[in-house]
Amino acid sequence: MAVGKEIRTKINSVKNTQKITRAMEMVAASKLRKTQDRMNAAKPYAESIRRVIGHLSQAGPDFHNPYLETREIKRVGYLVVTTDRGLCGSLNVNLFRALLNDISRWNDQGVEVDLCILGAKGLAYFRRLKTNIVSAATHLGDVPKVADLVGPIATMTGAYREGTIDRLFLAYNDFINTMTQRPTIDTLVPVEPVDAEELQDHWDYIYEPDAAELLNNVLERYLEAQVYRGAVENVACEMASKMVAMKAATDNAGKFIDQLQLAYNKARQAAITQEISEIVGGAAAV
Amino acid sequence: MATIQVDIVSAEGAIYSGEAEMVFAPGVLGEIGIAPRHAPLLTHLRPGEVRVQPPEGEEQFFFVTGGVLEVQPRLVTVLADSAARAEDLDEAAALAARERAREALEGGSGEIDLAQAQRELVEAEARYRAAEKLRGRR
Repeated sequence: MAVGKEIRTKINSVKNTQKITRAMEMVAASKLRKTQDRMNAAKPYAESIRRVIGHLSQAGPDFHNPYLETREIKRVGYLVVTTDRGLCGSLNVNLFRALLNDISRWNDQGVEVDLCILGAKGLAYFRRLKTNIVSAATHLGDVPKVADLVGPIATMTGAYREGTIDRLFLAYNDFINTMTQRPTIDTLVPVEPVDAEELQDHWDYIYEPDAAELLNNVLERYLEAQVYRGAVENVACEMASKMVAMKAATDNAGKFIDQLQLAYNKARQAAITQEISEIVGGAAAV
Repeated sequence: MATIQVDIVSAEGAIYSGEAEMVFAPGVLGEIGIAPRHAPLLTHLRPGEVRVQPPEGEEQFFFVTGGVLEVQPRLVTVLADSAARAEDLDEAAALAARERAREALEGGSGEIDLAQAQRELVEAEARYRAAEKLRGRR
């Protein structure tokens, strides 16, 4: 019986899609767990390095380190962390919206904006907008490596040291929990000085070779660690957002299948009824 | 015997944490040996190996490509740029990297600037030495 063949084909195709979205949901869930571990693994380094910076800036408050000086703003830079792949809900779009707000605010003040984009999605988006993209890195993967980030970071910190840009921001999604990700724009440079009171048992170190040089070196590592943290958090957000989006897609597919099944059953029923009434009608006519 | 707490961390995760009787690290101004109650010290690290001698068991080797060493009287923290377990070192890869660096130095193609190449050479050599040492112990 050829009744509702189109509907049956449609049901099968939706079922296949549902299988895919369900698999993607589960993959995202497992990756999310691993990424959260990675976020925690990065913490001891960040804390130690912050403490070291505190000690170093205490050691010589008269250092003229460019990373610690606030300058008059004529041009600003943004390091934008986005995802490489789509299907993760409104994650990227929310970040872009927050960033565009910021950019238009700077433009109103006559300040120009340079962008450094991490992630294919951001690159595709901002390329269309004719913004000034200085550097970019894509396909960092689900396990970002510090080594892959060093290049793009160096372009921006270099521009800062040369005085091309006067302030550097990091734009990424902050992972709050699985349901909530907040687009966040943090000031990366100038680095906020560490509060002296935070330092317990403060003592003076022996510095090799000397404190000023060490401070510069440690600050660069600190910036890298910050960007790395942003990148890892963004991956966590991507996975959480993808998980939620795929769950919604799976649920929707289920609803859709139910509706189609109902339509199919009705059509089948109608065809049978029609056949019976034809037979009965035919028999009566005889 | 007195011991000192050692933490080796990199941006990508904690690598080692434990007690030690003695720690050796490749400081920029030369190899440093740290015993418990060492004076507080901050220094850069060259590419090389960090050796940790725990009170019991075998000496541990960690390869670092650079980083910062912080010494407090009871705590040594190595902020490593990229530290992998010495066991993981691939000797062949280290040799290949050294070869590449040397070629770049001699070729003078101008694509890699000299400082970068020299740094790579130092790093490759340190990697190779660490791998070599490990092989000797087996």
